[in-house]
Amino acid sequence: MNLYKYASPANFYPLAGKMIPWFAIPSAILFAAGLYVGFFIAPTDFQQGDAYRIIFIHVPSAWMGMFLYVLMAIYAGIGWAFNARLASMMASAIAITGAMFTLLSLVTGALWGKPTWGTYWAWDARMTSTLILLFLYIGFISLQSAIDDTRRADRAGAVLALVGVINVPIIYFSVQWWNTLHQGASIRILGKPTIAAPMLAAMLIVLAACWFYSVAVVLIRLRCIILEREQNASRFAEVNA
Amino acid sequence: MLRWIVWRDLTLAWRRRADILSTVFFFIIVVSLFPLGIGPETQLLRSIAPGVIWVAALLASMLSLNRLFANDLQDGTLEQLLLTPQPLFLVVLGKVLAHWIVSEIPLVLIAPLVGLQFDIPGETLLILVVSLLVGTPVLSLIGSVGAALTLGLRGGGVLISILVLPLYIPALIFGAGAVEASIIGASPAPHLYLLGAFAIVSLIFSPWATAAALRISLE
Repeated sequence: MNLYKYASPANFYPLAGKMIPWFAIPSAILFAAGLYVGFFIAPTDFQQGDAYRIIFIHVPSAWMGMFLYVLMAIYAGIGWAFNARLASMMASAIAITGAMFTLLSLVTGALWGKPTWGTYWAWDARMTSTLILLFLYIGFISLQSAIDDTRRADRAGAVLALVGVINVPIIYFSVQWWNTLHQGASIRILGKPTIAAPMLAAMLIVLAACWFYSVAVVLIRLRCIILEREQNASRFAEVNA
Repeated sequence: MLRWIVWRDLTLAWRRRADILSTVFFFIIVVSLFPLGIGPETQLLRSIAPGVIWVAALLASMLSLNRLFANDLQDGTLEQLLLTPQPLFLVVLGKVLAHWIVSEIPLVLIAPLVGLQFDIPGETLLILVVSLLVGTPVLSLIGSVGAALTLGLRGGGVLISILVLPLYIPALIFGAGAVEASIIGASPAPHLYLLGAFAIVSLIFSPWATAAALRISLE
């Protein structure tokens, strides 16, 4: 089976259309399930009471912001290195979803910080580097919208995204390198997590929901980008009509 | 080649001295605005001085960035430089070096005078100069990536600020941190070492990124 034919925007467009409902519907179900477990089944925290429950939105959206930036940088790099238009279109499609998740993590963090730390904003290392991540997303989107020539925009965005990717490990390791308000990592990939099982389960379910949501939304946006850029190609004439 | 590029850029800059002096005046004016806006209380000024001076240095160097490639783009020299058999890395390095000498060294030299406006103690003025000396190469190098990416675009200075200022933030944090540490009596050495590390890393990687961005912008 030749998968490489899907590297062409024209071939990927109908595939993306078929994929979208397979990701959108499970995403809604997983959000409902994860938030139910998080709000009703997970136990009340010993120190923070019920105020901690915003963690089930805050942490998955922070993870998504970081993952999506790396993914965007990889796609942009592939588009630049292999001159693959579809990969660059994918990077452009991911950008705004990633920015949204980063903004969501900053806002939910601020709302969480007020009752627990006493302040909406604290300028600790993780918060500052996540803010920088948001600025990098905004810079990527601004640069691409300022350049009229689409291939130049793709490649320039790739350079910017790759230069900024160094920020993501900084966010991740900032809690180890600095003494900050954020606690150290309680969830390790290898090793026993130090938080209660229902809390971990809820976080992972919401994370899966965010992934499914991101895939669905990015594919919808990608289809729009394909239509915008390929509108002069005859094979899209009947789609436009 | 490197020497030739640096000499050429320095000569051209000398012929347009007003451009360079305007960067320095911008720096002085911005730094002077803060005491006027915040009030003359000495204790307060001393505590905000490192951040204010560093932010003004960031803004001044950002404004000088489009001078890096724009003139050469307009008269066609940039395309010729892209066609030379010498590596573009060296061309970029030469231009950034000349830009640093012309736009950033004046800031470093003026910084003690400006620091006196904030009643910074003598030893801290030295740390201020050292931190700017180590940090301004980072500003020039990272700024050159932004300048190359936005070459010829209509967004102008605002677009380059959006791209480049987030990347400047680590230099700002450690540069201002070094001066801050010196004011409160702690050792500025950790901050200066990290700043030096940024300078070395950006010296190695950013001319390469700038060269790639130039080829993208000029194709």
